[in-house]
Amino acid sequence: MPVIKAVTCPVCGCLCDDIELTIEDGEIVKVENGCAMCEAKFLSHSSEHRLLKPLVRRDGKLVETSLEEAVGEAAEILGDAHYPILYGWSSTSCEAIRVGLELAEEVGGVIDNTAVVCHGPSILSVQNVGIPSCTLGQIRHRADLIIYWGSNPWSAHPRHIERYTAFPEGRFQESAWKRYLTKIKASTVKKKIENMLRRFFLQKKHSAPSESKKGLPPRMYKEGRKMVVVDVRKTKSADIADYFLQVEPNKDYELLQAFRSLIRDQEMDVDTVAGVPVDYLEEVADLMIGCQFGILFFGLGLTMSRGKLRNVDAALSLVRDLNMRTKFAIMPMRGHFNVAGANTVFTWQTGYPYAVDFSLGYPRYNPGETSVIDILLNKESDAGLVVASDPVANFPKKAVEHLVKNPLIVIDPHMSATAQMADVVIPSAFMGIEADGTAYRMDHVPLPLKKVVNPPKDLLTDQEILKKILSKTMEIKEERYVKRAV
Amino acid sequence: MELLIKNGLVYDPINHVDGEKMDIAIRDGKIVEKVNEEKAKRIDASDMMVMPGGVDIHCHIAGSEVNAGRLLRPEDHFKDFERKTSKTRSGVGRSIPSTFTTGYRYARMGYTTIMNPSMPPLEAKHTHEELNDTPMVDKASYPLLGDWWFVLEYLKEGDIQECARYVAWMMTATKGYAIKIVNPGGLEAWGSGRNVSSIDDQIPHFHITPREILRGLCRVNKLLNLPHTIHVHTNNLGKPGNYRTALDTMKCVEDLASEDNPSIHITHSQFSAFKGSDWRSMDTGAEEIAKYVNHHSHVTLDMGQVIFTDTTTMTADGPFQYGLYQLSGNKWVNHDVETETSSGIVPFRYRRKSHVNAIQWSIGLELALLIEDPWRVFMTTDHPNGGPFTSYPRIISWLMSTKAREATLKRISRRAKRRSLLPSIDRELSLYEVAVVTRAGQAKALGLKNKGHLGLGADADVAIYDINPETTDPSQKYHTVRKAFKNTAYTIKDGRIVAKNGEILQQVEGSTIWLDVQVSDPIKITEDMKRRFREYWTVEYENYPVTDSYLEVSNPITVKAEI
Repeated sequence: MPVIKAVTCPVCGCLCDDIELTIEDGEIVKVENGCAMCEAKFLSHSSEHRLLKPLVRRDGKLVETSLEEAVGEAAEILGDAHYPILYGWSSTSCEAIRVGLELAEEVGGVIDNTAVVCHGPSILSVQNVGIPSCTLGQIRHRADLIIYWGSNPWSAHPRHIERYTAFPEGRFQESAWKRYLTKIKASTVKKKIENMLRRFFLQKKHSAPSESKKGLPPRMYKEGRKMVVVDVRKTKSADIADYFLQVEPNKDYELLQAFRSLIRDQEMDVDTVAGVPVDYLEEVADLMIGCQFGILFFGLGLTMSRGKLRNVDAALSLVRDLNMRTKFAIMPMRGHFNVAGANTVFTWQTGYPYAVDFSLGYPRYNPGETSVIDILLNKESDAGLVVASDPVANFPKKAVEHLVKNPLIVIDPHMSATAQMADVVIPSAFMGIEADGTAYRMDHVPLPLKKVVNPPKDLLTDQEILKKILSKTMEIKEERYVKRAV
Repeated sequence: MELLIKNGLVYDPINHVDGEKMDIAIRDGKIVEKVNEEKAKRIDASDMMVMPGGVDIHCHIAGSEVNAGRLLRPEDHFKDFERKTSKTRSGVGRSIPSTFTTGYRYARMGYTTIMNPSMPPLEAKHTHEELNDTPMVDKASYPLLGDWWFVLEYLKEGDIQECARYVAWMMTATKGYAIKIVNPGGLEAWGSGRNVSSIDDQIPHFHITPREILRGLCRVNKLLNLPHTIHVHTNNLGKPGNYRTALDTMKCVEDLASEDNPSIHITHSQFSAFKGSDWRSMDTGAEEIAKYVNHHSHVTLDMGQVIFTDTTTMTADGPFQYGLYQLSGNKWVNHDVETETSSGIVPFRYRRKSHVNAIQWSIGLELALLIEDPWRVFMTTDHPNGGPFTSYPRIISWLMSTKAREATLKRISRRAKRRSLLPSIDRELSLYEVAVVTRAGQAKALGLKNKGHLGLGADADVAIYDINPETTDPSQKYHTVRKAFKNTAYTIKDGRIVAKNGEILQQVEGSTIWLDVQVSDPIKITEDMKRRFREYWTVEYENYPVTDSYLEVSNPITVKAEI
């Protein structure tokens, strides 16, 4: 059985590239090194939910059709539209995105990627204050303080800690995995014993830890890497952390600003900030100043809670300030495997990372005006193309209503919620499994995606489908131009 | 396809043609002896100036740091945009234009070959993807190798041969063109928040000095027979008093030069020629640098000229950029790359009335004018660090006219004016010399045999400027010169007319030039090697190299190494 090594996993922003796949009769039968999400994706890509034929809507129903007809219809829709939106892009290759940008420019539409609903605010903040960052290997080799703020890597980026931060062995930093594993084991055993005792003796219901428990943290090992988690709830990641700061919901901004004062040696006149005792904060601030190389990873807990970009502003400023005392970096935890790539390709072709409007013939960027959600809520668009994304399942209801009211084209391997509401659905090959391309890791390291099995018969890649639509659109426009001239 | 450029006044320094009236014949993208006059498409270039297509030895136009700069600065783009036309793609400017716009703007100025000088090897794919989207020009990139752990380790052991084998592998794996060294040792130190302050400082953890890196890589460069020399951004860049470091850097490879071949290129030398002990006492060190260069043949330099404008500084020199951030308080991006390098970005405005900025402006021009041999100092702005490349016509006018220099001198900081050497320099470059510093000299220093000249067999990259050198005195009419160099009458790329009077006529791809370095005993990729890879980087060996599929138009140059 052939084993393919060093396959890049097309799931999350970690983009682990050490996956080993066993192929039997053109099917993936075994996945090694991957996390649960990775295994699930590789093993179930050819499930029964797979879409195999292009569909168009006739009399209110989606019916199977030929690829030519579907492409023709899609081109008609885009050619007719005055202000179409082209959305998605984070789960496809950079090569497909390049074609997508050309198409958007050709039809004079708005092109936007999923960053608009996740790390869009982070980008706005970066444009305000900049960002001191690094690649993930730098953290593995050097970081002795790792902070996860508003993100839960243990569940959302399962191999992040293992590959890049606290667990692996670096050149200048030893691995801390043994310590963490002991801690996990101990806490599991402790929970079991507690449960047992409760069941047999007290029969008292489990309750949240009382306020009095929130004292100083236990003294930790002085040497080695430290991990700090800041979150509104005690997540799996928090369980293994050396320090856990339970911030009250929507108060991240206060906490970040408190840290900014503390690292500038300013006194705090209050006892708690955002529900965390100041003594505790002082301890963590000491840790921040005292580390050799610190890193702050932040997730949607920061970008999508109250304050949005202001939270990220504060986080970026905190890290920038910390560089006066030591070496510190910060990085957003990107979700989709190629959302970083989408921002990158958008930027090099248009100068702007998302929400790019071509309606005037040149790239314009004004999130809040040219971002898809706002366009949909203002009922401005008159057609849509969605590639490798499912906005109907994720966008606000009002936005979805306007999206599906107008002609909608979907390119997706699955029969997603958006596909079910669409007028033209073109099935595509799975990027990174049935098609090759390039994706960018959350730290902007480009990695090749591999084609490991053949797509089901007649299925094209996103890039090929988009190219067909683009050339058909140009053809139609040309025809109309000639007709008008005559 | 055949093309005939009739009656132009040709400046082709490599072939010693100085303003002679002659015809240039082109067939299938090459310069040929003659073409069929009847059939060939003709361009009437009478009263016009014909030069080889421009060559830029150092300008940041693609890759992760350039793109991070674009992302960082929407305010840079808002007012400067280009609409889509039936021939061209849309885009935005200014100091960091989007990829297509970069290509068009170079073509309009008559530039056809561009060197992108800093490519972190780990992110080389990104650079090449962007270069694929940069039309109109041939391009190449220099991988950053001065702080690569493999290099540091082998040089520490004194194993030059082994180091050379790995550099050869890297050059081919990243599809690079020359060895780029930035703040040797300083970038590794910056990984833990430190820096080095002289070429004899120890680099933390590695027990090796910048001097050893420079000498080591210079010898590697020779062993591998690379067409260009090592391309060096010195230590202490942008600090008062650093002209000494620049002199030390040049001196430290003095004995490694053979015959008259250069052994080192000091890039954006303006930033390495500051005298004085702090910003207040900052002065020009151009005289000392020029004196040294005039007496030694192993060095080439480029200017790194400063323009008084708002721009975006970006280098692989992380600690320098941090310093600039502290100095300016502007927004700051830092991006360290594991095992290899770092980089930083800070927007910056050079002000005429700032003493330091005005001195910087003066230093660049002083270097270009005080160094006697134009074949050794080239015109750049270190785009976008000193200013955007679109300001080249302005620099040409300063180089060609004391009157133009005086006009600017009048408007700069008085203290800077007192310290500037420019009032005492009356040298004015001729058009022939301008052709050297903007194309011929650069092509020669890069070892590009088919570029920068119009001899038989050369690539048919030609720039035709609408200016009559016989009737125009560049010294007096510097505005005319500036205007002429801004937009060519015709730009010809590979024998095709791509731009005319500032309008892009067709979009052409342009190839990516890279070195296929052949050593007799290339490194073998064993399981052990792969394990080492895994330890050093966070990607697998298999996913590291830039495969051929990443180059849309590949133009490899085979180099036979001596090992």
